[in-house]
Amino acid sequence: MTPAPSPEVLQAPLVVEFPFTRSLGPVQSAFLTGLRTRTVLGVRTTDGRVLVPPVEYDPVTADELADLVEVAPTGTVTTWAWNPSPRRGQPLSAPFAWVLVRLDGADTALLHALDAPGPDAVRTGMRVRVRWAAEREGAITDIACFEPYDGAEGGEAVPHSGEFTDPVSGIVAPARLDYSYAPGRAQSRYLKALAGRTTYGERCPSCRKVYVPPRGACPTCGVATAEQVEVGPRGTVTTFCIVNIKARNLDIEVPYVYAHIALDGADLALHARIGGIPYDEVRMGLRVEPVWSEDGRYPDHYRPTGEPDADYDTYKELL
Amino acid sequence: MREVAIVAFGQSDHRRDTPEISEVEMLMPVLHQVLDAVGLRAGEIDFTCSGSCDYLAGRAFSFTMALDGVGAWPPISESHVEMDGAWALYEAWTRLLTGEAETALVYSYGKSSPGDLREVLTRQLDPYYVAPLWPDSVSLAALQAQALLDAEDTGDTVADERALAGVAVRCRTAAEDNPHAQLAGSPPPEALLDEPYLVRPLRRHDCPPVGDGAAAVVLAAGDTARRLCRRPAWIRGMDHRMEAHGLGVRDLTRSPSSRLAAERAGAFETPVDLAELHAPFTSQELILRRELRLGEDVRVNPSGGALAANPMMAAGLIRLGEAAAAIHRGAADRALAHATSGPCLQQNLVAVLEGDAS
Repeated sequence: MTPAPSPEVLQAPLVVEFPFTRSLGPVQSAFLTGLRTRTVLGVRTTDGRVLVPPVEYDPVTADELADLVEVAPTGTVTTWAWNPSPRRGQPLSAPFAWVLVRLDGADTALLHALDAPGPDAVRTGMRVRVRWAAEREGAITDIACFEPYDGAEGGEAVPHSGEFTDPVSGIVAPARLDYSYAPGRAQSRYLKALAGRTTYGERCPSCRKVYVPPRGACPTCGVATAEQVEVGPRGTVTTFCIVNIKARNLDIEVPYVYAHIALDGADLALHARIGGIPYDEVRMGLRVEPVWSEDGRYPDHYRPTGEPDADYDTYKELL
Repeated sequence: MREVAIVAFGQSDHRRDTPEISEVEMLMPVLHQVLDAVGLRAGEIDFTCSGSCDYLAGRAFSFTMALDGVGAWPPISESHVEMDGAWALYEAWTRLLTGEAETALVYSYGKSSPGDLREVLTRQLDPYYVAPLWPDSVSLAALQAQALLDAEDTGDTVADERALAGVAVRCRTAAEDNPHAQLAGSPPPEALLDEPYLVRPLRRHDCPPVGDGAAAVVLAAGDTARRLCRRPAWIRGMDHRMEAHGLGVRDLTRSPSSRLAAERAGAFETPVDLAELHAPFTSQELILRRELRLGEDVRVNPSGGALAANPMMAAGLIRLGEAAAAIHRGAADRALAHATSGPCLQQNLVAVLEGDAS
């Protein structure tokens, strides 16, 4: 038994980024298209309230709503919060106030930013107006922010058809989150050893199975694994598939073979690409060994060892 | 109605940063703690339900990795909610009420440390009108706090910045008796009020710590509960309600969903002697105390509450667990537990727990 050394903590940047494409219903489409033409629309509920921003269903009665109205681009702050350090993606890069603004003619409030010189210039009840973005595309960000306003109050909401030429039917909302990924004890130990071209599994103290790659727990027994066991480097193909789709940013010619490989001494098959053999000659039972690129921290692929194929009975439990 | 009780509760130590352990490595000791407490093996549990969030981990289906810690082979009956574990407990409770299960294991966990929590939580907002502005969780809570402070100006409530600081001091002082808390102890309110604003009107002490943690409970029905636990914490009622997602539609100084959930859970039928409230921000405790009609004679958050440790997806389950544990050890007879989710108390769950007369 090799006692597990205390691992150095492995960490690496992980960026999750996705442009969410979302379609709009009739009410949201009218509202966002309206912003593009500097028009703020709300929706009138069956009991006469005006909701801005508008929604398709009344949050109180659940009635379907479609009675669009136009409200003023001026309004009143109903609550606020001074944000001294704006973050990525927020409407303004200099310190600003988050505000809920009830636009003149509306009964509910809209969340946005207020450009003000400092927190002392902001108060609940203050009058503000929309500052439009120079370039507008049919999105909530067509409102650049609000700004203080001491002009006349806007009037009542007035009916609006909600019809525009070339209405927007969807938005693309880019999302990006930055993480620092840390794989934890078991996987850190595994990855660190792998960089030294040694493959460690971990043995369950209860059922004695050896898991590769180890995740720190035996999924059968629900107990921690700690005992490290060197496995491989050779192994047996237990099953495989032939890949005919070229992956983006991956310089591998199709077709190629992706396989489950039971490393010698392991009770769980890991997966890897098979090379060094025509794709249509890969088979269950094929004996393989890892091939490392010059400075790789993990095997680039596995290739045939030239040994006779393994007997089915030796790996059938690992399928 | 079938009697169902919380019979065991366990939680991890909550810490700011735990890069040396994975989610399952953080969770497993907690699972063993509650299973050992009732003398059951994972395979003997009838139903397992968990709560967690992929956006915290930055990976899809991240909860499947944590299942390794449960021992899911041979196949178990299992479910997951992409929410706080309090809602997983609700699902397990209903499962036990149907009679389909005698015991249930409920767990939840969250590691906030890999990401930027204030940004991560923007992903739960309305994606059309709100999320594109990236309003962070502290800023949204600050809008609610300011609304409450403004309401004070009209004489509606007793909420000023000193009252908010008082909540922080009381919670973090109480946490000195909680070995799992992330933050414990506090300077006096005067010193807190000298600190700069984080997002005005909130200072750092008004906000919960960001951290990693896990929790688990075991539920059992009827005589099974009596066999597994000397003094089971019977769930007398539980309900959860939510409010309109549009912040500008709501009166942020009120929490009608908490009031309704408490009413439906039976909280107002007999006074409670203890309440565990999931109020991550000081202003939210003031709102909840009013909605839940908690007088000065009710001990609120003797654990320190979410201001002492707020592991995302576990902090609500911990409120139920702390309330149950107080009943287990005879420190309470009738307790209210509350969990929240979403910005500005958008969703709220209330449970009423009771111990047998001792």
